[in-house]
Amino acid sequence: MKVWVPCDAAAVACGADEVAAALASAAGLRGEEVEIVRNGTRGMIWLEPLVEIERDGVRHGFGPMTPEDVPALFEDGDHPKALGPVEEIPFFAKQTRLTFARCGRTDPLSLADYEADEGWQGLKRALELGGAQTIEEVTTSGLRGRGGAGFPTGIKWKTVAGADAPQKYIVCNADEGDSGSFADRMLMEGDPFCLIEGMAIAGLAVGATKGFIYIRSEYPHAIRTLNAAIKAARAAGIIGDSLMGQGPAFDLEVRVGAGAYICGEETSLLNSLEGKRGMVRAKPPLPALEGAFGRPTVVNNVLSLAAVPWILVHGGAAYAEFGLGRSRGTIPIQIAGNVKHGGLFETGFGMSLGTLVNEIGGGTASGRPFKAVQVGGPLGAYHGPDDFDLPVCYEAFADQGGLVGHAGFVVHDDSADMLALARYAMEFCAIESCGKCTPCRIGAVRGIETLDRVAAGDPAAIELLHELCEVMEKGSLCAMGGFTPYPVRSAIRLFPQEFSLSQEAAE
Amino acid sequence: MTEDDRLAAILADHAGREGALLPILHDVQAAYGCVPADCYQPIADALRLSRAEVAGVVSFYHDFRDAPAGKHVIKLCRAEACQSMGGAEMIARLERALGMKVGETKGDVTLEAVYCLGLCACAPAAMVGDQLVGRATPERIEALVAEVSA
Repeated sequence: MKVWVPCDAAAVACGADEVAAALASAAGLRGEEVEIVRNGTRGMIWLEPLVEIERDGVRHGFGPMTPEDVPALFEDGDHPKALGPVEEIPFFAKQTRLTFARCGRTDPLSLADYEADEGWQGLKRALELGGAQTIEEVTTSGLRGRGGAGFPTGIKWKTVAGADAPQKYIVCNADEGDSGSFADRMLMEGDPFCLIEGMAIAGLAVGATKGFIYIRSEYPHAIRTLNAAIKAARAAGIIGDSLMGQGPAFDLEVRVGAGAYICGEETSLLNSLEGKRGMVRAKPPLPALEGAFGRPTVVNNVLSLAAVPWILVHGGAAYAEFGLGRSRGTIPIQIAGNVKHGGLFETGFGMSLGTLVNEIGGGTASGRPFKAVQVGGPLGAYHGPDDFDLPVCYEAFADQGGLVGHAGFVVHDDSADMLALARYAMEFCAIESCGKCTPCRIGAVRGIETLDRVAAGDPAAIELLHELCEVMEKGSLCAMGGFTPYPVRSAIRLFPQEFSLSQEAAE
Repeated sequence: MTEDDRLAAILADHAGREGALLPILHDVQAAYGCVPADCYQPIADALRLSRAEVAGVVSFYHDFRDAPAGKHVIKLCRAEACQSMGGAEMIARLERALGMKVGETKGDVTLEAVYCLGLCACAPAAMVGDQLVGRATPERIEALVAEVSA
């Protein structure tokens, strides 16, 4: 019997290790031969731990499993946690999995699994094409930064390729700190070779021989998996002194952050990588020209780099066929918070917000009425049912005063206290501000105070808060201070009564 | 090995490494449980920085401590996804049960806030030592602490 039990951090947090141990001991007791593969996650987190058993070449799912549910797996008859063929579960079947095609299917650290499933084909193609043509494919794909800013990846690579320098770098931004976002972690734990391949292709394309993956310290599982994967890829001769024994040198190193959210901002990340305080740098100079250690540097998010192998194998034009408007390809959407079916859903850009919350997410987990969904992390706006027609793409959300960001969607039911959430947004900015610019460093602290005045019923405070938001948005050096007003203003716009009730009571 | 030898060994490990300060500080904290102020000058000398630069970096990052934490560090996520699933109430109940506040160390236990563990689809989330907890409840966290303390 072949059984899969995910090793993804979310599955482990819900008891996957205990279930795997129970499986091993139950099999031992019965004298049955059981091969347990620790795969990544399929992304259906509400079903984790999701155990899969192969029958007639089809993988059947069981979940969410507990150790107590394990013995029944060995008995005849229907299992109470049986879910049927796992790839036919609607949440999974409705997806377009390009970047996450392997995640959950394979053993993340098995080179054989990776090779058998299109692994290294993109790198081979890039080696045939050469740097300039590789960049051409990425440009054709329309791929834009999946970290949130949405800058065209091909243009960034072209700038670095055109820069003349004795050393260039590829830096992967794996400092995924947004609440509601876990796609980077899922990919690094579930298919680390895909990221390694994407970075190797980037290195080849722009002439960089060294890559850094900057991972937040809150992700110890991802750090361990990536380090093991890099070691395996190096031992197999895929990276190192030469790419696959025929290309230029390219090697990788994991760097661990130290608990600073601001280091997800690319210039802060570069300072941190250099061993400095993670303070934002003013641009220009662009990191593409003066990045890590003053050298030309590609800084891309995990998902941008992990999209590249597919693009090289299938062609940029094939990737560009998915999507909407200028948002091309697929976006791994993370549905989280108070939602029945939380998890990762990869789909072409363009799905409506309402479909995502109600049909894919299945409504709230609590069963209480939906209230609002925050899109794009702690700096993203809140959206109510009036925005349910909005298609998920960069432009549509920007037009509504919001952002798609890294595509994290956090659902709240009607018990959410919007004034408290707005205050939290300011508090988070105050805790995490790097301190370089005044609007962010001081504005966030004044924001907390002003919201406390609103709560106390001070009639002048709302106007002051709006002015403060204006200053933070227009005057901050980066998105930390610049976007913190988004959740605050949208909460006020959607739920004005929650910001004035106490005021009326005071009057 | 004396204290000085341990630090010297860490510095030797990272000699010649580009931007070595953060990896060094992580190693120092792993060895000493914190980054003692006595280490600033030797680290500064090794990297040709000023003592102030090292002190500035240590104080900038939330991870680095100036005193060791309790034997059991419990990290509780305060971010929005966990809030949406009752995370704030969960933290309040745990604080009452343990008789301490987030940010404090009492006996063997340190309670800390963390801003996202990437477990947003199985919120609320926590971390007890290196063990992740999804769909967390105060009872489960207390049971884990009892288990590792035993």
